[in-house]
Amino acid sequence: MADGSNTTRAASARIAQVLEQDQDALLQDWVAAQLSAHSARGAVSAGDLRAQCREFLSLLARAAASGSGDVDTSAWSGVREFLANLSRSRAQYGFSPSETAIFVFSLKEPLFKRLRTAAGSDADVFVDDVSASTRMLDSLGLYTTEIFLRSRESLIERQQQDMLELSTPVVSLWDGILALPMIGTLDSARTQVVMETLLQRIVDSGAGIAIVDITGVPTVDTLTAQHLLKTVTAARLMGAECIISGIRPAIAQTIVHLGVDLGGVTTKASLADALRLAFQKTGRSVVRATPNGGNGTTKSASTTSPTGE
Amino acid sequence: MGRFLLVTIQVDMHDRLAMTLQSDLTDRIVQTGARGVLLDISGLDIVDSFMGRMIANIASMSRILDAETVVVGMQPAVAITLVELGLTLPGVQTALNVERGMMLLRRATADSGEDEEIEEAMHYRDGDASSPG
Amino acid sequence: MPVVRDELLRLESTHDIVAVRHEVRAWAAALGLNLVDQTKIVTAASELARNALVYGGGGTACLQALEEGIRKGLRLTFEDRGPGIADIALAMTDGYTSSGGLGLGLSGAKRLVNEFEIRSTPGEGTRVTITRWK
Repeated sequence: MADGSNTTRAASARIAQVLEQDQDALLQDWVAAQLSAHSARGAVSAGDLRAQCREFLSLLARAAASGSGDVDTSAWSGVREFLANLSRSRAQYGFSPSETAIFVFSLKEPLFKRLRTAAGSDADVFVDDVSASTRMLDSLGLYTTEIFLRSRESLIERQQQDMLELSTPVVSLWDGILALPMIGTLDSARTQVVMETLLQRIVDSGAGIAIVDITGVPTVDTLTAQHLLKTVTAARLMGAECIISGIRPAIAQTIVHLGVDLGGVTTKASLADALRLAFQKTGRSVVRATPNGGNGTTKSASTTSPTGE
Repeated sequence: MGRFLLVTIQVDMHDRLAMTLQSDLTDRIVQTGARGVLLDISGLDIVDSFMGRMIANIASMSRILDAETVVVGMQPAVAITLVELGLTLPGVQTALNVERGMMLLRRATADSGEDEEIEEAMHYRDGDASSPG
Repeated sequence: MPVVRDELLRLESTHDIVAVRHEVRAWAAALGLNLVDQTKIVTAASELARNALVYGGGGTACLQALEEGIRKGLRLTFEDRGPGIADIALAMTDGYTSSGGLGLGLSGAKRLVNEFEIRSTPGEGTRVTITRWK
């Protein structure tokens, strides 16, 4: 800070004084300005807004009284913390970034009015005070925007994670047989999450066979194919078996062209075929029940009734 | 009359303990005439190439002593990491849990005609080996 | 590349490998990595620590927590004063081994992390640095 540091300190002191002395009137004007700008949006009651503003004003006064005009210093940590909390909660309530920043910016006019009165006829003092307070409030306003955006970003991240988990349901098809119907395009990140979920479900349910059905997947790239392969291998390492079903002709071609070696992975054209194979591997067969309960053909292997479990 | 040995390994196996485990196990197999070994690694949250070697060694040694080894309980994160590492434990049978491992072993040792029971349990955890007498 | 925290661990015995695994696990969890990513980096650390000890005759493991803007990461550096590696490219191929082991240490470890760097001078030693970003 150039030669202005003494000026800033003096200005800060004066600003602090105005904030202390005229607090009630200032508060009134400031709250009114926000309410009339519809910035409170009905999500914050007038009473709550008032309380927030009052707290901010006293924090601001204290920070300004420290003499430092730099809002990044420790004297201003209380103010920053307050604004960070405000910002985060407004982000959660669906306020826009402007609606949040206006909390700070709308303080300018009421404050300038009182600074003018306090400065009296001394134009220089008034200019210094306005400059100093503008710097402070601009920095704080921008700070709220930054926190707001960070908060939004992490919210979006969490929502994406939730969506990811919801969109990959692992289904228990039969005793010890899981199915994972995959739908839509598989990007690397999604595939990894899906696969981790599937493997965990295999452990949790003790299922020996998992059918990964990719009927609903339009295209598969090298990375995805490799992830699928890795999943199958990991499942095998754990002691379970994976069958991949629903491979469309186009995907089969892609896999061959990409040179991905499916060696050893069992694939079936349809989920039904995969289920049939899974039954076979678990020593089951499906037998048609005869209409009159008479002598139908029965297999000697253990039978599974369609409704039994 | 055969037996199955259940060996439970928990975390933090360092080299000396690994060697102890291998020699303890081979001794036990011979002493008890065990036909199968269940290696429970459900407590391992890390399997590096050293551990992988050890597991493969145990399987080989047991086979020489006419006992089949099944590794059970591998954690998903461990399996994924092993695949990435390129460690596929060839020649080692695996099962999801002890119960399924027993089923595998029963099928593999079907000639005994007996209902095999787990007779011995050996636990290896946190630096010390302990096994029933 | 601001390092916000660092720690140096010695690698003199196999107990130290266990200690390194513990520390790396704790740092990885503190970084907020998910379980699979934690497992991967701890496994990589175990491999490299073992290399430094067994092939390098002992050395050090340096753990660093990084913060680059909003990006956070974990950097591990394994250093030894052993015989060094004459042919790094060869040592990095899958299945290569000089002592009858499975020999997957280096190339395997590389696949488990985001960044992998190795410097080695025969007769002087080896340094391997791996980084995982959150």
